[in-house]
Amino acid sequence: MTEFLQQLINGLSLGAIYALLALGYTMVYGVLRFINFAHADVFMVGSFAGYYLGRLVPGGTLWGGLAVLAAAMIACALLGVLIERLAYRPLRGGPTLNVLITAIGVSLLLQYSGQIIFGATPRTFPQLFPVAQFHLGRVGISSNQIVVIVVAPLLIAGLQLVVFKTRMGMAMRAVSLNLKAAQLVGVNINTVISFTFALGSALAAAGGILYSMNYPSIDPLMGVMPGLKAFTAAILGGIGSLPGAALGGLILGGAETFVGGSQFSTYKDAIAFGILIVILLLRPAGLLGRWTAEKI
Amino acid sequence: MAEIPQSRAPNPKSDTPVPVWRLLPRQHLALALGLVAAVVISRFSGSIDAYLVDVAIGIGINVILAVSLNLVNGHTGQFSLGHAGFMSVGAYLAAACTVFAGPRLLGAAPGPLAHNLLFFGALLIGGLGAAFAGLLVGIPSLRLKGDYLALVTLGFGEIIRVIFQNVEVLGGALGFNGVPAYTDFAWAYGWGVLTIFTVSCLVNSTYGRGFIATHDNEIAAQSIGLDTTRYKTVAFAVGAFFAGVAGGLFAHLKLSIDPRGFDFTRSIEIVVMVILGGMGNTLGVILAAVLLTILPEILRPVAEYRMVLYSLLLIILMITRPQGLLNFRFGKTRL
Repeated sequence: MTEFLQQLINGLSLGAIYALLALGYTMVYGVLRFINFAHADVFMVGSFAGYYLGRLVPGGTLWGGLAVLAAAMIACALLGVLIERLAYRPLRGGPTLNVLITAIGVSLLLQYSGQIIFGATPRTFPQLFPVAQFHLGRVGISSNQIVVIVVAPLLIAGLQLVVFKTRMGMAMRAVSLNLKAAQLVGVNINTVISFTFALGSALAAAGGILYSMNYPSIDPLMGVMPGLKAFTAAILGGIGSLPGAALGGLILGGAETFVGGSQFSTYKDAIAFGILIVILLLRPAGLLGRWTAEKI
Repeated sequence: MAEIPQSRAPNPKSDTPVPVWRLLPRQHLALALGLVAAVVISRFSGSIDAYLVDVAIGIGINVILAVSLNLVNGHTGQFSLGHAGFMSVGAYLAAACTVFAGPRLLGAAPGPLAHNLLFFGALLIGGLGAAFAGLLVGIPSLRLKGDYLALVTLGFGEIIRVIFQNVEVLGGALGFNGVPAYTDFAWAYGWGVLTIFTVSCLVNSTYGRGFIATHDNEIAAQSIGLDTTRYKTVAFAVGAFFAGVAGGLFAHLKLSIDPRGFDFTRSIEIVVMVILGGMGNTLGVILAAVLLTILPEILRPVAEYRMVLYSLLLIILMITRPQGLLNFRFGKTRL
């Protein structure tokens, strides 16, 4: 039982990070109908931004940690807007395959220019927030995990607020329902798409920092695996659905932690892809997604 | 090579005697000439610089990979990111055949013919195993489209890698060593010619028009009664077969294989060849495979910039010239 609770806490904090990343995938898919492969690398850039910005503030303080988090989120939001402007906008309305290949290209560009700029050797992520280890009975929980479990739901709640209570959020929902119709009723789709990228990339940056706090070895290729898993989470929940992405993230984080704790731990990385393949075969619309007929 | 016109069958009733070279369709003639050339050139490979021969064999293997992926990604329009995964299946199976079964089958004093037969069998088994894996992945996932298919194939490639890392008999994460050196110029180019022949004949046949119909408009193809899933599966299995053979050749060239050598980056390299050459354009893809094998050798001093260059190339090509850089067909593009 103790071990179960322990794994549940570990799974929850990992799942919350996957959920943050999955939201970015699902939002971009909602408005533009393509997988933003580069999202995982924005996550990596967010983590490196945290690494460099973390030197500017005194380590181990709450305000310092939050300031770094906010600054990295803003930096990555700008990066996301820039990527959309330079790489994806010229191809908007083009064949899906071309957009997909471009997205893979952007992803590889970020990874390998990261290897040249940051160096390929892993670095140790600094301790941004105050460190402490708490014990509830025999279940241990670190302050880093608490930060994740508090910050991630706050960000997700904030996102819900933006999407459902603001004018921009309404425009985003309109674009994701029907891009052309939204344009016809006067929605500036360029602004909306840029905003969506900014929002998604900011969440990715937050995810990157929270991830690196718990797994403090960072390198330019660190985004690949969490990115694929978060994407799996987005599909599992139903791509295009925000609550689905959050749910998918939690399920995936939990599943991975429990497999990692069992005797099949070497297959930990394969479990996400197993889930991905099963869900695509049995219910491609995902758990909370809606099945839509293809229009000709 | 979609440009090659279908050669007419020789007409035995005409008065003029049929020249010998017209007894076979042009493609078959090209295949025969290619195979002969591969064997003949291979005879002289001993007198050429070993490094050059090595690069040349690498080109041959990459041509097989690129042309077979072109059948899936180019002609049939299904974006697969798992070609390296199929390659690894072929590499491991073929290597296991020659390493484990080889000594028992060959006996005490094997001649060169026995060695060649063993290698041929091993490559076939590797290719068939990869094709089987292709079917296994393809049948369920090919009902999916575009992005999803790309992701499933990518996920499959990763699963394969994890499995090979955990199989201790095949070396596990340390890699599989002690593979005999069977691959030479003739093997690589013989299979290269055979791949080009099979893919271009398949695509240019009546049956093969279905691949192109699936690529051009899947819904329209379905509405006239083409079983597009079947076409996609066939393309996938044939593509995987040749990827497996290329994997077998690769294993017997490098003599040591490692699960990490068949990762996502390897798949991307093959995809870049197909895109650079122009999807669905066999000649361009061959040229791109040659170019992208030679280029890293020349650019060795700046090797760390190679992937940056590849990724920039992908983005810029997609924005400015989506039909591919080495696609010289002007006017109507097939993308």
